[in-house]
Amino acid sequence: MINGTVVDLSRAQFAATALYHFLFVPLTLGMSFLLAAMETVYVTTGKPIYKQMAMFWGRLFMINFALGVATGLTMEFQFGTNWSFYSSFVGDIFGAPLAIEGLMAFFMESTFVGLMIFGWGRLRKGQHLAVTWLVALGSNLSALWILVANGFMQDPKGAKFDPVTMRMHLTSFQQLIFSPDAQSKFVHTSIAGYVTGAMFIAGISAFYMLRNRHMDIAKRSFRIAVLFGVLATIGVVTLGDALGFVDAQAQPTKLAAMEGLWKSTPAPMAFNLIAFPEQAKQKDVGAVRVPMLLSLLVTHSLSGTVPGINTLEQQAAQKIRNGIPAVEALKALSRDPQDAAAMAQFRAHRADLGYGFLVQRYAPRLSQVTPAQIERAAKDTVPPVAAVFWSFRIMVALGLMMMAFFVLATLYSLRNRIQNKKWILKVAVWMIPVPFLANEAGWLVAELGRQPWTVYGVLPTWMSASTHSVGYMVFSLIGFVTLYSIFIAIEMYLMIRAIRIGPGEYDDDGAAPLLPRPMLAPRAQPAVPYGGNLEG
Amino acid sequence: MDTFAITQVIWWLLLGVLLIGLAVMVGMDMGVGTILRYVGRSDAERRVALNIIGPHWDGNQVWFILGGGAIFAAFPLIYATAFSGFYVVMLLLLWTMILRPIGFEYRSRIEHRAWRNAWDWVLVVSGAVPMIVCGAAFGNLFQGVPFHFNWDLTSFYTGSFLGLLNPFALMTGVLSLSLSVMMGSLTIMNGAEGQMYRRARGVVQLAGAVALVLFALGGIWVHALAGYQLVGSPGEGVAQTPLQQTVTLAPGAWLHNFALDPLLWLLPLVGFAGIIGALLAARAGRSHVGWWCAALGWAGVIGTAGSALFPFMLPSSADPSMSLTLWNSSSSELTLLWMIGFTAVFVPLILWYTSWAFWVMRGKVTPESLADDEHAY
Ligand code: HDD
Ligand code: HEM
Ligand code: HEM
Repeated sequence: MINGTVVDLSRAQFAATALYHFLFVPLTLGMSFLLAAMETVYVTTGKPIYKQMAMFWGRLFMINFALGVATGLTMEFQFGTNWSFYSSFVGDIFGAPLAIEGLMAFFMESTFVGLMIFGWGRLRKGQHLAVTWLVALGSNLSALWILVANGFMQDPKGAKFDPVTMRMHLTSFQQLIFSPDAQSKFVHTSIAGYVTGAMFIAGISAFYMLRNRHMDIAKRSFRIAVLFGVLATIGVVTLGDALGFVDAQAQPTKLAAMEGLWKSTPAPMAFNLIAFPEQAKQKDVGAVRVPMLLSLLVTHSLSGTVPGINTLEQQAAQKIRNGIPAVEALKALSRDPQDAAAMAQFRAHRADLGYGFLVQRYAPRLSQVTPAQIERAAKDTVPPVAAVFWSFRIMVALGLMMMAFFVLATLYSLRNRIQNKKWILKVAVWMIPVPFLANEAGWLVAELGRQPWTVYGVLPTWMSASTHSVGYMVFSLIGFVTLYSIFIAIEMYLMIRAIRIGPGEYDDDGAAPLLPRPMLAPRAQPAVPYGGNLEG
Repeated sequence: MDTFAITQVIWWLLLGVLLIGLAVMVGMDMGVGTILRYVGRSDAERRVALNIIGPHWDGNQVWFILGGGAIFAAFPLIYATAFSGFYVVMLLLLWTMILRPIGFEYRSRIEHRAWRNAWDWVLVVSGAVPMIVCGAAFGNLFQGVPFHFNWDLTSFYTGSFLGLLNPFALMTGVLSLSLSVMMGSLTIMNGAEGQMYRRARGVVQLAGAVALVLFALGGIWVHALAGYQLVGSPGEGVAQTPLQQTVTLAPGAWLHNFALDPLLWLLPLVGFAGIIGALLAARAGRSHVGWWCAALGWAGVIGTAGSALFPFMLPSSADPSMSLTLWNSSSSELTLLWMIGFTAVFVPLILWYTSWAFWVMRGKVTPESLADDEHAY
């Protein structure tokens, strides 16, 4: 029997390391595209300033990239180290996209990123441009495959439990890849990355404009970034809506939690704009409702309805009762795989196997399960409503806010008046953290909303963890938190320092930024610390 | 054999290929890291060493990531049982591995002696520790790992971390370190000149000699170890769990496969020949030839170990009958087939563009060339 504290610590560790990894990933996704775009302008127009832009932003890109890679390593092995039952149970399906991600995406991204940095002097213009595009392509492909893997956890398609090997088997690779959850997630997440890249570059460019530094580079970068940002925020909001639609089909409990929907109501359903959900009493306090909106949003019609938590809980209790004989049959099969009666019993109840597992947590001897235990397990099928509800609203609000910002900034930037609109520039600087927050909030919705399952409806979280001792889990959690805290401090320091120094010194041919200056060949220091011939 | 068994064997071989790729490509960078402060006496020299592998370490590291992903996809039960069982080892591996990207990227961004020295030491440790740890984990396979399963295949590990540091495992750990140090110094010879070149050549001799001795010692030692033998199982290519077989132990049984098929003796031969070839080539100043010989040496060593263990992949000492073999721990046929397809397309592609990247960045790195190139580490 797995210790509940170990499960909680494993969850905390996954949450901490994944949320941390996802601080760096969106910026990589977005900036790699913006770098490629800038370099494309350089190659097509031949204007050296675009090369300087690509090189300057490329330097910030690399500071971020190093941590993306480092924290990604942790993720690749964490399934095995901390979630070993999960890994053997669904590795047949889940392992494949991870391996393909390595083969198809990481190799491409990581090999060409080396050439992107070190290859400026060795590759022809067109070759270097191709290399930069391959980095961007690689990072997006990596998002695709990891989200196919995650999509399977949210909505397990293309797989079936095999009572002989006691784990899930792949039944259709196509269904796995083209699962609607995986596809809409991929588009929403990568575009969220573009929003992040756009906001980052716009914010830093605004910082320079406010100080009247590097105006040439700042104005141009700002314009590219906000244009990109308008498109990306429109995309992220539209596709976010699509994602809500997919959730409504595949994960009704998550949707009900996102909307604080305790009770089923007839169509057209009202939308909780603001509310304070209380899990214990199963109701919302202080709700501000917009009539009819919920039906419109999640079913795209006025007559559609989605079930509330009260209905879902009753359904779950039913499924739990149906799942219990499946688990018992499985136990018999593990003793004797030829047991025909057990096989027949398993076949009849297999659909709800996962719900049988769910109640096993409270009733290790399933033959003696009580109604109270079933009710308790049914209550478990409701994710933490308030956290999901609020994370969702934070993400949406931040998204709409960024959309408004990008539209305004684009209007002024296209009319070439942006440098006079100090307030917009100031807002831009302050908004740099906003996309990061929206991203983290989005993942909290996705992953907290999936609870209590690691694989929705199939494998409960409480069974998935490795059988470690509490001591081991505390030790590893402390280790990761310590290391990661040191990393972020160093990263922020280097990032801010590189931003302060700015695009800096360039030779006439646009090569050779100031950093990193080798110890070996000390050059004359520039007279003005932040000076650059670009500013004239 | 039916198709399922064939796909299982193909994946067992592919895993060997990936492991060799990992050992050669990651091992080379790790080796450079390990000897960084020896071959590079000044900051300028250390930067030369770092920039020789600078454009490639990230791509190389993906062999490591892919190794993890491929075991997960092809042998999920091994991925789950080994990585959770070897928990502290995995943490050591991860904590040192994640320091490397940061060391490479951040070290030279600040011009401060203490800063750079600190990161140099980080790179030394994060080069040596993973190689020792990986080698030691491999050594433990020959002695069995203390784990067992319950009815639903939840795995339980009953050993301790210190138990993994037994003499045989320490020996294989040092063997793996010495091979990677040899690759690393050959890489430095390929890319550096003068003093650094000469120091690296010295290291090749030392590391190669250690590797030869330890590989031979391992061969003798393994006669005395209790080897595993599969005496009863549902059969090859049959869907099964590790709960349905019988395994016995017998001294020297790890050499059983070599007795069955004497051709396998070619593998240790390749191992010895590769290492000796690398030594001779380095002495003759032909470091590129030496590099390929050393890579061949790695292939021989890994091939020898793998074929001795076959069909076992993770023997259990707590309950030998629950040992994991390629027959009872693989994915389903459909997954294995799809993954063979992806591997067949992408591994050649990867080899092609990796070679191109090495070709573009070919030539010697010198302190002078770094002074002009401000993209360098
Ligand atoms: C810049 C970041 C950003 C912004 C502005 C938005 N999102 Fe988002 N959202 C994400 C970044 C994100 C994310 C971090 O990328 C998530 C986490 C999981 C995923 O697929 O994407 C996510 C998840 C996510 C989910 C849950 C997916 C699941 O359950 O698996 C929904 C329903 C939405 N989003 C919907 C929206 C809507 C309606 C938005 C309208 C404004 C919105 N998002 C803006
Ligand atoms: C990088 C973006 C991601 C973030 C920020 C994130 C966040 C989280 C969080 C907050 C949890 C804890 C939920 C809880 O315990 O209540 C969690 C759990 C988990 N997530 Fe994610 N996740 C991310 C992506 C993924 C992906 C892509 C996968 C699979 C490929 C995944 C697999 C898991 C697993 C296995 C758990 C542990 C079991 C659980 O608690 O449900 N996550 N994640
Ligand atoms: C939505 C979730 C995720 C996305 C979109 C994503 C995407 C990316 C991207 C773009 C990179 C490139 C480097 C960088 O970010 O700076 C990266 C690095 C990495 N990620 Fe993630 N990741 C996600 C979650 C995960 C998870 C759950 C795993 C574990 C299986 C993982 C494993 C890795 C690894 C191993 C690397 C290093 C690759 C290298 O050396 O280039 N990622 N990820």
